[in-house]
Amino acid sequence: MKGESGLLDASGVAKSFGAVRALTDARLRVAEREIVALMGANGAGKSTFVKIITGALKPDAGEVLIRGREAHVGSPAEARRSGLVPVYQEPSLIPDLDVADNLKLGDTPGEPFIRWVEELGAEGLSLSDMIGDLPLATLRILDLARALASEPDVLLLDEMTAALPTDLVDRVLKVVRAKADDGMGVIYVSHRFAEISELCDRATILRDGRTVGEIEIEPGVEERAVELMLGQKIDLDRGRIAAATPADAERPRLRVTALASVPKVSDVSFDLFPGEVLGVVALEGQGQDELFNVLAGFTRPTGGSIEIDGQEVSFNHPADAIAKGVAFVPGNRAEALFPQRSVTENIALPFSARFGSWGQRKARREQDRVNYAVDKLQIDIRAQSEVQRLSGGNQQKVTIGRWLAVGVETLLLFDPTRGIDVRTKRQVYPLVRELAENGASVLYYTSELEEVALACDRVVVIFNGRVVDVIDSAEADEQTLMRAAYGLTATDAAS
Amino acid sequence: MSTSTTDPPLLRAGRLFRDNPVIPLLIVLFLMIVVLEVMRPGIVTPIRAGRDGLISTFWVGNLIKFAIPLAMLAACQVLTMLTAGIDLSVGVVATVSAFVCATLSTLWGVGPAVLVALASGLVVGLANGIGVGHVRVHPLIMTLGTGLIATGCLQVYQRLVINAGSEIPGFLVMLGTGRTAGMPNGLFLFVPFAAFILWLMRYTGFGRLLFALGSNENATKLSGVRAWQVHLALYALSGLIAAIAGLLYLGMIRQTSLSLANPLLLPSVAAAVIGGTSIFGGRGSYAGAIVGALILRVLDTMLTLLQMPEGARTAFFGLIILAVTAIHVRIAGTR
Repeated sequence: MKGESGLLDASGVAKSFGAVRALTDARLRVAEREIVALMGANGAGKSTFVKIITGALKPDAGEVLIRGREAHVGSPAEARRSGLVPVYQEPSLIPDLDVADNLKLGDTPGEPFIRWVEELGAEGLSLSDMIGDLPLATLRILDLARALASEPDVLLLDEMTAALPTDLVDRVLKVVRAKADDGMGVIYVSHRFAEISELCDRATILRDGRTVGEIEIEPGVEERAVELMLGQKIDLDRGRIAAATPADAERPRLRVTALASVPKVSDVSFDLFPGEVLGVVALEGQGQDELFNVLAGFTRPTGGSIEIDGQEVSFNHPADAIAKGVAFVPGNRAEALFPQRSVTENIALPFSARFGSWGQRKARREQDRVNYAVDKLQIDIRAQSEVQRLSGGNQQKVTIGRWLAVGVETLLLFDPTRGIDVRTKRQVYPLVRELAENGASVLYYTSELEEVALACDRVVVIFNGRVVDVIDSAEADEQTLMRAAYGLTATDAAS
Repeated sequence: MSTSTTDPPLLRAGRLFRDNPVIPLLIVLFLMIVVLEVMRPGIVTPIRAGRDGLISTFWVGNLIKFAIPLAMLAACQVLTMLTAGIDLSVGVVATVSAFVCATLSTLWGVGPAVLVALASGLVVGLANGIGVGHVRVHPLIMTLGTGLIATGCLQVYQRLVINAGSEIPGFLVMLGTGRTAGMPNGLFLFVPFAAFILWLMRYTGFGRLLFALGSNENATKLSGVRAWQVHLALYALSGLIAAIAGLLYLGMIRQTSLSLANPLLLPSVAAAVIGGTSIFGGRGSYAGAIVGALILRVLDTMLTLLQMPEGARTAFFGLIILAVTAIHVRIAGTR
């Protein structure tokens, strides 16, 4: 530890949302001249902790001290006044105003701001540029320059280098380091080990809502960090339902080659065979959302190709994807449901989607297919007149059941078990397996690593918009996956 | 995830009303007619066996006759409101259709005149559909705009045909003012029309898409629905219905003007809302809108009987529509 005088000291922080305990005992200390990484796997409580430190949320228990005094941070503005300035992933600038007006809103002194902008290497910027016209990378630099200009005691950087080109990343890291050497404390929230080991002094690691380790950054620290992030997992029923290797598949159902969707997806290639469940593992914000949107026909790729059964396809609309047998179940079920309509209507909607099927509905056939899906998924339909009266798990089943009723060949499942109870989760895995055994191909993104062993045959790992690894699920223990998801290769581990 | 058993009774009653609006609305209609009978004994049930039996079929027929064009325009509002839209051009479209038909009948004959009148409604509807579905203009602005354009075009058109005179086709007069067994002939048009709308909403894929679009447009996209196709067909249909309603109204009023059916616009929206259709989309009933149109006609009769001056009557009518709509939204808890 470099400095002795503590700038920020948060301890015993707890926070619940209803029945969900996001944080139980989170702790973070930052001293002068110190850069501390804040790490944790998806769902560890990182973003809740950040919101509490910056005053956007009030903790249920615990305290946040800034320079030894309790910071009654009721609002982000108060947190700023007490010396803590955050720079978030989403730039907090108003798109309809120019740069100068945005500075005035935040009471940012203009002269130091310009100095920092130059220091950070954002060239050709004028104060009269409209925020909305500037690229994301420039906005993030502006946001950082604005934060530095207000001379903070503690600077909080949330995934600062995401969406930045490499040369800017180097400049940013250098400036932050120099500023820290002048006495500022920095909290560095990041998934990127390479930057953390270059920049940070210590790392604080969160798991399941508590701080499980505060480790010095030294060679080989990655292993220790991954270990801490995973912890001793309770071994819940390892009865693997997986997985014979896909049956003699000579031709992939879905072949993705060098797919890009700037700025988030830069190079994704994989094959998905008939009868296979292919897992996708990635930390938050590594481009998986954009990848699924492209495959589902919501957005157009900026490069690369998609082939289905050997034919190159180009989707302008989800309807095009569905016509090729590709259906998408989004992670947020609110996006997929008609809350005031019945279970039957929710499941049967795709039958009426095409212009040719706008006439009299084939009620008998429709009901048969709906009943089939409801039986198969064991959807509890006691409250079937309005889907919004169903439990979360049953709502999720409805979004999957829709495509069971229609009968598609390729299913894109985006975190299908997010926020549903364990019992329902246990019903989803065998169902996915059964679909595959009947010849369907499933692309299965999951934010919970233990699901890979339960549902997938192989898994592709995506980091920073690229496929960094493809692992057979037999070898995909959580340690391996977590290391791959953090972009650590086997050679890194050896060193 | 509320279950209906734990909700307070008022909310449950509200939900029941929301899901089955027709029966309570019929009760309201009946009560209003009773009040009307008290205000003016003999209007509904003639005591002396006179002109027509125990219940005055003349009065009932009159009530229905004037409710028909309103109920037809209300269909436009119900259908568009299901998708969280609205069609504010229907009043103008009906007026244009009536005016074009009456003036062209003398020039080109009745058949072509009717066709051109219907085509004008279709054109405005298609324009609305393209604007809403493809350009993504808000339906409120889009239909208000096309309505204004249509009004302007009508004034230009009037200059062109100013010397031609006008003629109201005989079959429209018969349909608009004639009676069969005491009931207006307009029902020959309206009953099949209403059956069509009810079928469309309940038993067709198109109807299901309307509810779905208003409930969650993103989810329809996910299911493979191209929303612009639905919007185009929807607003075109709405324009066509408004044009037909305009022709019927022409036969009923038997004169032309440049604002003939415009005053029906607000009541058509009100009839849909009173009938249980949510302006936020996803929920609606055409049967309810028909009863809503009847309720508005009874209300109009009441105000006439109170012998208010025309201005006060109009103002009062607007006030009551707003009040009823507000109360309805509150009771039914539609959003």
